Amino acid sequence: MAEYSLSVPLEKRAIELLRAGDTVYLTGTIYTARDAAHKRFETLLQGDKPLPVPPGACIYYAGPCPAAPGEVIGPCGPTTSKRMDSFTPAVIDYGVTGLIGKGPRSEAVRRALLGRAVYFAATGGAGMLIASCIRACEPVAFLDLGTEAVYRLTVERLPVIVAIDAAGGNLYDYEQNKTEEKQHG
Amino acid sequence: MRNICAGAITDAVKSLCIEACCRLPEPVVRQLERAKAQEAENSAARAVLSQLLENARLSREAMRPCCQDTGMAVVFLDIGMDVHIEGDVYAAVNAGVSRGYTEGYLRKSVLTPLTRVNTGDNTPAVTHIRLVPGDRVTITVAPKGFGSENMGKLFMLTPAAGREGVLQSIVETVVQAGACACPPMVVGVGIGGTMELACLTAKRQLLRPVGEPSADAEMAALEREALERINATGIGPMGLGGRTTALAVHAAQTPTHIAGLPVAVNLQCHACRHAERVL
Repeated sequence: MAEYSLSVPLEKRAIELLRAGDTVYLTGTIYTARDAAHKRFETLLQGDKPLPVPPGACIYYAGPCPAAPGEVIGPCGPTTSKRMDSFTPAVIDYGVTGLIGKGPRSEAVRRALLGRAVYFAATGGAGMLIASCIRACEPVAFLDLGTEAVYRLTVERLPVIVAIDAAGGNLYDYEQNKTEEKQHG
Repeated sequence: MRNICAGAITDAVKSLCIEACCRLPEPVVRQLERAKAQEAENSAARAVLSQLLENARLSREAMRPCCQDTGMAVVFLDIGMDVHIEGDVYAAVNAGVSRGYTEGYLRKSVLTPLTRVNTGDNTPAVTHIRLVPGDRVTITVAPKGFGSENMGKLFMLTPAAGREGVLQSIVETVVQAGACACPPMVVGVGIGGTMELACLTAKRQLLRPVGEPSADAEMAALEREALERINATGIGPMGLGGRTTALAVHAAQTPTHIAGLPVAVNLQCHACRHAERVL
């Protein structure tokens, strides 16, 4: 499995290149959005209105702790992605090309990603480590939602693993993992 | 009779909220190190465990939360029967949670369940009070994150299901949780009692030092067997494959009814956080 340092938003070339299991260090701009923000995304998209993130953006399922004095942002690890599954195909249709979270996705999400977007897993529980890769944090939308608002984050070498690639490869296939483990002894 | 003012409980709860969120207990760190050594070189499992250890170090040094989900505050009070508390003990606990989460810059994650309106200060806490002999008050704050809490289960088994049924229920819960509960996990199991007692027993098992076997030999054997089966699933750290799906299983039993065999499985991510103080 390969290791890459890539810029976000992802270039088309990168979307085609990445395979499930690859380690990637992301540098650039990502946007936070979790449960409550996705509920509002759904309403916006149903009304044919634009989202507060640009098409082509990378969305990070996260709700940070408040910044303490001197911090850019508080600890900011990923939340469980599957709670966003029902909203995701429409978000991909809108043009989002990268998703970062943790844990498996539905089959509908895997299909929605085909040829268009990549789903990355960040390490759940590594909130401090991830915050140390965040250089800037600006509020963008839904500020009444507090930690669930949309924030624009500038990240430098954010460590993630490709969990589902644009060719349909899925790292969360436990039976396959088990077989490989046996083969490796 | 010893008098303790409610303000002392508030002060203790405030400090304990911050301490619990920012200092991953040593036994957890030791189990993570052990697990890392058992995973294959260059594996995703080993990379994840290295990140979690580095994260715990950064958190401890900065006294900032190891995980952004600083949870719902679950507060256990063992109150000595020779203690008189001056003031409202529940209000004192909530005041401590409010101050701890606000002054400690912890995430406020508590809201009304249907309207989803945030209470703003992470209150109310979930407070469990027990009366014990003596004139002391032991306070334990255990912030509970919901990635793992969401994946817990209660089984009202029939007596015929027996020990094997209990083991299957534990493993089934962990497998269905998969990556969502942020493995490697600590698995709290409560067997017997009634519905609510089984759940509370399971929750209390998460307060034990991680990896220390039960003093009840029957439970210790069950814990070992359950852990072996869980780690044979291959789910691994963060569900990316590997040998470490759980760091420990902690089980306890209480007597139950002739017609029943309740089993509660309370899952806890690696951030098995709790801090204790005796007043």
